[in-house]
Amino acid sequence: MIKFFLMVNKQGQTRLSKYYEHVDISKRTLLETEVIKSCLSRSNEQCSFIEYKDFKLIYRQYAALFIVVGVNDTENEMAIYEFIHNFVEVLDEYFSRVSELDIMFNLDKVHIILDEMVLNGCIVETNRARILAPLLILDKMSES
Amino acid sequence: MALKMVKGSIDRMFDKNLQDLVRGIRNHKEDEAKYISQCIDEIKQELKQDNIAVKANAVCKLTYLQMLGYDISWAAFNIIEVMSASKFTFKRIGYLAASQSFHEGTDVIMLTTNQIRKDLSSPSQYDTGVALTGLSCFVTPDLARDLANDIMTLMSHTKPYIRKKAVLIMYKVFLKYPESLRPAFPRLKEKLEDPDPGVQSAAVNVICELARRNPKNYLSLAPLFFKLMTSSTNNWVLIKIIKLFGALTPLEPRLGKKLIEPLTNLIHSTSAMSLLYECVNTVIAVLISLSSGMPNHSASIQLCVQKLRILIEDSDQNLKYLGLLAMSKILKTHPKSVQSHKDLILQCLDDKDESIRLRALDLLYGMVSKKNLMEIVKKLMTHVDKAEGTTYRDELLTKIIDICSQSNYQYITNFEWYISILVELTRLEGTRHGHLIAAQMLDVAIRVKAIRKFAVSQMSALLDSAHLLASSTQRNGICEVLYAAAWICGEFSEHLQEPHHTLEAMLRPKVTTLPGHIQAVYVQNVVKLYANILQQKEQAGEAEGAQAVTQLMVDRLPQFVQSADLEVQERASCILQLVKHIQKLQAKDVPVAEEVSTLFAGELNPVAPKAQKKVPVPEGLDLDAWINEPLSDSESEDERPRAVFHEEEQRRPKHRPSEADEEELARRREARKQEQANNPFYIKSSPSPQKRYQDAPGVEHIPVVQIDLSVPLKVPGLPMSDQYVKLEEERRHRQKLEKDKRRKKRKEKEKKGKRRHSSLPTESDEDIAPAQQVDIVTEEMPENALPSDEDDKDPNDPYRALDIDLDKPLADSEKLPIQKHRNAETSKSPEKDVPVVEKKSKKPKKKEKKHKEKERDKEKKKQKEKKKSPKHKKKKHKKEKEERTKGKKKSKKQPLGSEEAEAAGEPVQNGAAEEEPLPESSYSLLAENSYVKMTCDIRGSLQEDSQVTVAIVLENRSSSILKGMELSVLDSLNARMARPQGSSVHDGVPVPFQLPPGVSNEAQYVFTIQSIVMAQKLKGTLSFIAKNDEGATHEKLDFRLHFSCSSYLTTTPCYSDAFAKLLESGDLSMSSVKVDGIRMSFQNLLAKICFHHHFSVVERVDSCASMYSRSIQGHHVCLLVKKGENSVSVDGKCSDSTLLSNLLEEMKATLAKC
Repeated sequence: MIKFFLMVNKQGQTRLSKYYEHVDISKRTLLETEVIKSCLSRSNEQCSFIEYKDFKLIYRQYAALFIVVGVNDTENEMAIYEFIHNFVEVLDEYFSRVSELDIMFNLDKVHIILDEMVLNGCIVETNRARILAPLLILDKMSES
Repeated sequence: MALKMVKGSIDRMFDKNLQDLVRGIRNHKEDEAKYISQCIDEIKQELKQDNIAVKANAVCKLTYLQMLGYDISWAAFNIIEVMSASKFTFKRIGYLAASQSFHEGTDVIMLTTNQIRKDLSSPSQYDTGVALTGLSCFVTPDLARDLANDIMTLMSHTKPYIRKKAVLIMYKVFLKYPESLRPAFPRLKEKLEDPDPGVQSAAVNVICELARRNPKNYLSLAPLFFKLMTSSTNNWVLIKIIKLFGALTPLEPRLGKKLIEPLTNLIHSTSAMSLLYECVNTVIAVLISLSSGMPNHSASIQLCVQKLRILIEDSDQNLKYLGLLAMSKILKTHPKSVQSHKDLILQCLDDKDESIRLRALDLLYGMVSKKNLMEIVKKLMTHVDKAEGTTYRDELLTKIIDICSQSNYQYITNFEWYISILVELTRLEGTRHGHLIAAQMLDVAIRVKAIRKFAVSQMSALLDSAHLLASSTQRNGICEVLYAAAWICGEFSEHLQEPHHTLEAMLRPKVTTLPGHIQAVYVQNVVKLYANILQQKEQAGEAEGAQAVTQLMVDRLPQFVQSADLEVQERASCILQLVKHIQKLQAKDVPVAEEVSTLFAGELNPVAPKAQKKVPVPEGLDLDAWINEPLSDSESEDERPRAVFHEEEQRRPKHRPSEADEEELARRREARKQEQANNPFYIKSSPSPQKRYQDAPGVEHIPVVQIDLSVPLKVPGLPMSDQYVKLEEERRHRQKLEKDKRRKKRKEKEKKGKRRHSSLPTESDEDIAPAQQVDIVTEEMPENALPSDEDDKDPNDPYRALDIDLDKPLADSEKLPIQKHRNAETSKSPEKDVPVVEKKSKKPKKKEKKHKEKERDKEKKKQKEKKKSPKHKKKKHKKEKEERTKGKKKSKKQPLGSEEAEAAGEPVQNGAAEEEPLPESSYSLLAENSYVKMTCDIRGSLQEDSQVTVAIVLENRSSSILKGMELSVLDSLNARMARPQGSSVHDGVPVPFQLPPGVSNEAQYVFTIQSIVMAQKLKGTLSFIAKNDEGATHEKLDFRLHFSCSSYLTTTPCYSDAFAKLLESGDLSMSSVKVDGIRMSFQNLLAKICFHHHFSVVERVDSCASMYSRSIQGHHVCLLVKKGENSVSVDGKCSDSTLLSNLLEEMKATLAKC
């Protein structure tokens, strides 16, 4: 099960956060800073899995942006690692060459994409076309 | 007015949207906080507007701010408003904000139930989708119960998009409302074969999660999953299924056998690393489950290890990490196959990545043997020296200790070597694990008798060397080893070479800088040493020497007496007095050594960690009973301070003699010095080195060098453990030679056989006999300790509730609640109240309630088995159906397809229909008028022995909004309402909420009851303001609170043996009632008593049952209920006769209705 999904930049600013189990707002900030700290402290030579408290962090870095997924011990680390890339590919397709700013300005849409892919801590959809379908309909709706 | 409107709309044009907010925050880097607080003010303004678009925009911005860590719980109500917008573009913003910020504690959440239900049944699949997504984040037990049926219906929706979401949400629903699992399971199972792969994958996900927690309930699904595994090509699904099998195989070894082949095929064929990894993991799990009693699947193990080796050798660090992780799992059962890759793993210890190094360390744990332990530890020690980060070094330290100490030091052949390793580890700077090293030192010294002499010599050196002492503050933790050192030197002082020297080392002034608990051990063990020295001196006839030691003690102990630590102070003053007494005796030439040593005679054995817990409670001992009845509050408050004062007064004079003694001491000391100065043979008491340091604190290091010279073995800085490695090798060589000699004498054939074996590294392992043996292996346990380890289980595990047998047919009671009006017969309270009520009541007594429910469930099952009268069944069945459809008509909107849900549920539920369902809540009507309806429930808690909580549910039945509600209750002598501080008896207590039309809410009030043996009635009035479009009116509603004796009882489970003891004890008074003309079944009767009077069934035999309950003030109430032809008799025993007779009266009233 996925516990949380974070996008944090190198300065430690959260760009997207989604928790699949409730975490208190005050603890969220603390957790996010700790998580990004442990990600930043690692070099490229190190593996992308970190044991953090009672869960595992799986992260990938895209330019200045880290995507960090916290999972419990039953999740397949490699699958999540591949899933992160899948997510970024979807973003890339929708925003055509996604950047940090895209994510900030369209936070709600990124959330829609994420919600289509992960539900209740489980990966539900990995097909790009199907993930983007609701969002495209929504865009059409707001255009008209 | 018009102008205002125009102004408003112009303002709105300049409202910031999300983009503006983000941009603004970026432009205000210096004063971000200020800018954001400004924005929040604007948002608050926007939220006050009526325009839903403006509100949605504001909520959208709030979501962003929430992500940045700002609390937006204050806007919860606005979020709900946006959620209920009709336009999807707004609705999704509302749901997004809700999913980000709502949680179980958000109180407005219960207002959303109907909105969510509406959205779930919306014709637009995206409305439904967004509601489901939101729900997954903030579902509460209430929402789960109320919406379970709706979501279950959605599992069969026509659109796969909805189906897959509904299936996934069900998992959360199960967690929050475990009762829904059984009714929903058949459909969930169906979804495993859904034509849409997405839905299938969702169902696999959910069942995988469920099965992981309680695998045995899902074994019956194995064939289905097996089919899926061999047919599916979706790697995501495969991973989940294979993971699920990993959880199932330990329970069913036959399954494992079947799995090996397809899994090995997958391992060979797949190119996806994630799948490969999962397969390897599951194969390992299978092999673990097979390892007992099955022919070795060495081929599969070899395949796994080979694949893992490829992963570990890969340049991708991620694969390397996973490879090591999986390898450690194989290690547990097949250490030999891993051990052959030792080279690779040792290589990983040098990896740049810390997490890989840590994984490799884990592996080492299982790879050590008697033969290679020293070598591996040596390698680790070099890593310790090289390590940069303290965390990694600490990890290394714990691993070294773990590796060496595993399974009772199984692999250690030379404990001298191990002690020296431990001593070397004390040189680590800044480690947190001083206590670990200390624990090891103690453990080894205690258990390995042969090593004590060596350990004592090493420990005395540690005590001498000032490096631990010198910086006890900055080197946090490592000074802990002194605790062990001091204790070992004291306890085994007979092995000390130079006890006097050690004694002086332990009495140095510097010692007082150590933490209190260590000083305390010092003080205690100084006496042991002292006793030992005394004995030596007396035996040698050196009376003067003995006196000198006593004098040393008398001189030095006062420094501990002044300690701020109580423990140290207490021990020191105690011992100081003792020593002074000895001194007096010595002055009279009385031999004292014998007596002093008997203080510490006897051996101390290690006690098992759980020993205390395992001591069985002796018969007849009630740990909860008062030894002396507690004094009443008022008295004890007066008494206590005085008592303290008395004690203080008594204490003071105690100290005085010691002061006087000190004066005397000083005098004596002076005299003795004089004497010593004149005595040419008196060497020892010449000014000790420590005294000199006291004068010149900067030169502490000098004595260290001196002392080290005197103890040649341990020169700090030289890794002495190496010497032992060499020594050990020599020893082993010798041993081997001897053995070989012996072997040669044996027959040729046998020798050959053995030789061949001994070429294998692991076999030869057993040949190495350890130099020292661990003598004390088992730890002491109390006599007749219970062997079970049940106390390890965590009773609070949320997944335990989901441990439900899924193969049993559904009982009627298990049907998911469907939103409908319950008919008057089944419930006294309006159904709307139930959700609200149950939630609040659950919180304080969750456990109790669960238990109650379980008990009730059990009963129902029993009952179902017992009753099989088909005639009745059909009739009632029909009736119920009718009722249900009636109820449905009444309810406002029922989602489509719910009929279908029932139809699906119907054939499964049989039996049980006969029983008359108990009302779901115990809320009873208090009062009602055209505005408001009050229902209440009274509950006692075991924590507060004279308090009961009255939960009052207020339902607004009018079209006006009710506010300013106040509750005033006339207290009686016996029952008082707990009011907020400062308010008088005549003031009303405000109700902490307002009620919009149609809404109900619950308020809780605490009442203090003096005596609970009688029922009470309290008069009260609810006053409120009803406000509607036409104006506001003051209204009143009178009510009478009835505290029955039953409401003071709390359902407490009781076991039959405890129950029997209770009855035997004989201090219960007895009474009984008999009620005639009862036709209800015995089962239902018991259920009624349980429900209305808070009893639990202890035992039931045919038509006779014993029941138990306990009052909030601790009265035991035992009942024996017997059913005759047409009557029921209830015999009761209770510690209070009045309470009992009142209770029985109440029970009679209940039974009369049956």
